[in-house]
Parts: sequence; C-alpha cells; structure tokens
Amino acid sequence: MIGSSILSIIYLVGSVTFILGLKMLSRPDTARKGNLVAAAGMLLAILGTIFLYRVNGEPLHNLGWIFAALAIGSIAGVSAARKVKMTAMPEMVSLFNGMGGACAALISIIEFAHYPLMDGMVVIMLLSLVIGAVSCAGSIIAYGKLAGKIKDFSFNGQHIVNLLILGAIVILSVLLFTGLSSAAVTALFYTICALSLVYGVLFVLPIGGADMPVVISLLNSFTGVAAACGGFLYDNPVMLTGGILVGSAGTILTILMCNAMNRSLKNVLIGSFGGATAAAGGGGEQGHYREISLSDTAVVLAYANKVIVVPGYGLAVAQAQHAVHELEKLLEDRGVTVKYAIHPVAGRMPGHMNVLLAEADVPYEKLLEMEDANNELATADAVLILGANDVVNPAAKTNPASPIYGMPILEVENAKAVIVNKRSMKPGYAGIENELFFQPKTSMLFGDARKVLQDLAAAVKEV
Amino acid sequence: MDTLLAFFHQHTELIYIVILSIFLGVEVISRVPSVLHTPLMSGANAIHGVVIIGAIIVMGKAEPDNIPALIIGFLAVILGTINVVGGFVVTDRMLEMFKGKKK
Repeated sequence: MIGSSILSIIYLVGSVTFILGLKMLSRPDTARKGNLVAAAGMLLAILGTIFLYRVNGEPLHNLGWIFAALAIGSIAGVSAARKVKMTAMPEMVSLFNGMGGACAALISIIEFAHYPLMDGMVVIMLLSLVIGAVSCAGSIIAYGKLAGKIKDFSFNGQHIVNLLILGAIVILSVLLFTGLSSAAVTALFYTICALSLVYGVLFVLPIGGADMPVVISLLNSFTGVAAACGGFLYDNPVMLTGGILVGSAGTILTILMCNAMNRSLKNVLIGSFGGATAAAGGGGEQGHYREISLSDTAVVLAYANKVIVVPGYGLAVAQAQHAVHELEKLLEDRGVTVKYAIHPVAGRMPGHMNVLLAEADVPYEKLLEMEDANNELATADAVLILGANDVVNPAAKTNPASPIYGMPILEVENAKAVIVNKRSMKPGYAGIENELFFQPKTSMLFGDARKVLQDLAAAVKEV
Repeated sequence: MDTLLAFFHQHTELIYIVILSIFLGVEVISRVPSVLHTPLMSGANAIHGVVIIGAIIVMGKAEPDNIPALIIGFLAVILGTINVVGGFVVTDRMLEMFKGKKK
C-alpha cells in the first residue's frame, strides 16, 4: 500500500521533471540542466516501476531478465551515443526514435493476447501498434537515407498506394471487432502490424534526404503518441504526460521547421517540389558563370578587411567544420575579421550549422544570426559560401514563381565579392537554379568543401 | 456508442491529462530559439522513451514459462533503454558543445 503511494508520488515527480526539462531545454542557459533533470526523472520513474509496481498486489517478476535487458540497452545506447559524430547526429536520433516506436509496438503485441476483444483498450493497443510500427519503419528508412545507405525511391501512384494501405489498416482494424474466430483475429492483428511497417517504409521512401529532419521530428511526435497509448493501457500518468508532451511539442517543432523553410508540412510530405521545379526553372537559361582559382581566392580573402562565411549543407556533408575553423584562424592572424552568417535552416535542420561549428570550437561571438548577418553583409569585402545554395538564392525575393519565394535569405549580393564553393553547378536540394551564381560579382570555386578549405589554408599561408 | 461513452467516463482523468498536456507541449515549444530546435528534438526523443516503463511492466507480468512473451518483452526493454539512454546522452553531448563555445 505504502509502496504504491510512493510510486504515485514518483510518477508525479517524473511528470513534473519532463515538463520542467522540456521548458529548460528551450532556453540556451538552462538547456543542459533541463536534459539532466528529465533524465533524472526518467531514472526515478524506471526504478520506481521496477521495485514498487504491483500487478494485483504482486510485485513484478523476471527482474533478472529486466535488469539484463536494461544493462544491454544502456551499454548499447551509451556507446552508440558517444561514438556518433556530431554531423551524423540526426540519423542517430532517428534510430533511437525508431527503437522507441518498436518498443511501443512490441508492448501491444504482447498485451493483445491478454485483453478481451470488446475492451476499449484494444483500440488503444491497435493505435499504439500502428503508430509504433509506422514510426519504427519510417525512422529506420530516414536513418538509412541520412546515412546515405538508401536512395530516394518513388513510383507512379505511390500516394494512392499509401492511401490504400492506410485504408486497409483501418478496415482490418474494424474487422477485428466483428466476432471472428480467435485464429482469424490473431492473423488479422499481425497483418495490421505488417501493413503498418510497410506503410512506414513507403511513407518515408519518396521524401528527399534533405527533408529528413522534418520527417524525423514528425515521427518523433508519432512515437510520443504511441508511448502515451501505453499510458492509457496501464493507467500510467508518467507515460501519458511524457508521451503526449512529446507528441504535441514534436508536432509544433515539425511545423516550426517547415515554417523556417517557408513550406507547409503537406508540401514536405507529398513532395510536390518535383512538380513545381519545372515551372520555376525559368526556361532553364543557364547564364555564364566565372570560375576562380584557389590562389586567387586566397589573395581575395587574405587582403580583405572582413570576410563572412556562409556555411550550408555541403559543409556538413564534407565534414569541413574543422577545416573552415583553421582557415578562419589563419585569416584572423593576418588581421582579417571573419564571421559566420547562419541561416536558420542552413543544412535543412534548425541549428545544424551551430552544432557543426561548435564542434570545431568556432567562438560563439563569430556566429551571426540572419538579421545581424544581413546588416553586416554590406560591409563585407568577401563572402565565402560553403555548400549553401537555397538560403542565398535571390529568387526567394525576386521570383514569385519560385518554390522558395518568400523564404528569408542571406543577402550575400550586398557584399563586394561573392565566392561560392560547390561541388558542381548542380542545383541545391530545392532543385532550382540560383541566379546568384551567374552574377558578375560571383565567382565559383568548385570542389569538395574540406579539400578546398585545406588547400585554401595552405594557399593563404603563402600569400 | 455506449462502449465509447463508458470508456470516456471511465478515463476522464486521463483524457484531461491528455488535453492539458497537448496545450502544455505547444506552449513550451513555441518560444524556442531556432538554435535549440535540434537538441530539443533530441531531448523530446529521449523523453518519449518513457514507453520503456510499459515494456518493464509487460516483462514483469509475463509468466516465467511464457517464452515468446519473455523474448518479445526482453527485446522491448532493450530497445526502450537504448531510446532513453542514448537519447539523453546524445542530447547532453550536443548541449555540452553549446556550453563550451559560450565561454
């Protein structure tokens, strides 16, 4: 009796730490502590459950198994989280998310046998199964895409197939309650599970790799909802608050990410980008662009008073954050002021560039947010764009037909000279031409960002 | 319909928690600087790992001779633990770097 009262208090404390944790996570100065607060609450809730939870007055058994599983999971989790490079962080989060979804689905699979069919809880279980399985399969595909192991794949009518699968899941779920034999019910249940996995795969496959962070954030909130279903199932308030908080916060976060790209969630998911591209290409007229050599670039940078670096996805892909910091230090030693202009969605994930540059110990004061950057760009002698494209595309301001029209951009064309490092003239992830590259002020410096930056550093030393 | 109403009545408190938590989640996130979006996503990811509690209960309820349930539950606890532990550790690593550069 006392035990279960204590457990109630533990769950209350757990819920409060989750709320506080999320709140603290949303402020830079308290964020780290917030994470620890939530983690402490989680530990308390887990230990409380193991030792104080009672099923019909009996304590939980199989404690040996439970601790073994906890130990294996902890070791695997810590080593994976420690080893992962910060640039590969989104796919790691996606993988963890998929495991949470799988956990929710597995719980439903076991519990399904324990409940009579006409119980309202069966609906909750189905919900948890479907959402968990979709989230799990989707997250693994998202992981594969970000890690470059899975290519974009779509076929004609895929949206219709997806809708059909979703419809089938609903219909089969209803069929469960029509008084079939128990063998048929079991078969149906596993069919629903399989269909959900297939749906998760097909749902994420056609979405472009650069949009994955949005998808991960969405699947993250899915898993939250699946966890909350567990809260219903066990009448467990801490699972409920934790799950729903993540569900709603994750949804808002997803929408915020989309807003930062000036796209709707629907647009990301259905991926109408492909269709809009042809119209926005503007007849495909490819003006002339100017190439610049490494040594010329080194001279331009070394004799500038102020250089502003615009990092983008290309920097992340090339893992060039350390190289750019080296170059920055060399230039600073020569008396050049170097700053970084950070577009909120550069790298297609809010804060991606901040995390990346922080990993290379770039001082915080050197990072300019978009507004400050746009004020300072006019005073820069040179802008060095590293693998960024859409966030500096003037079409967002000038061409109403462009799919990115209306998205705030970094106004690099106000600087005296613009040097663009890209691997090729291929358009950015939005698939649209960037007229910036054809402007007289702009010179192109082709190559992998890291290689180019290392060579540039060497060249600057010799100037 | 009756079942639905009965279900609602039986779980009024939980449904209240759900509704209030939805608003709370929206409220908490809406004022976040974009720099923190990624750590926040990761932190939220760790928090939904609370589903592990369900896995532990399932495991603890399973009869010791119910091998399939034990195996699935074992797997569920492992996966849930990875979600929780990995999630918090990754978030901490991310935020550690933010801290470092502020000094």
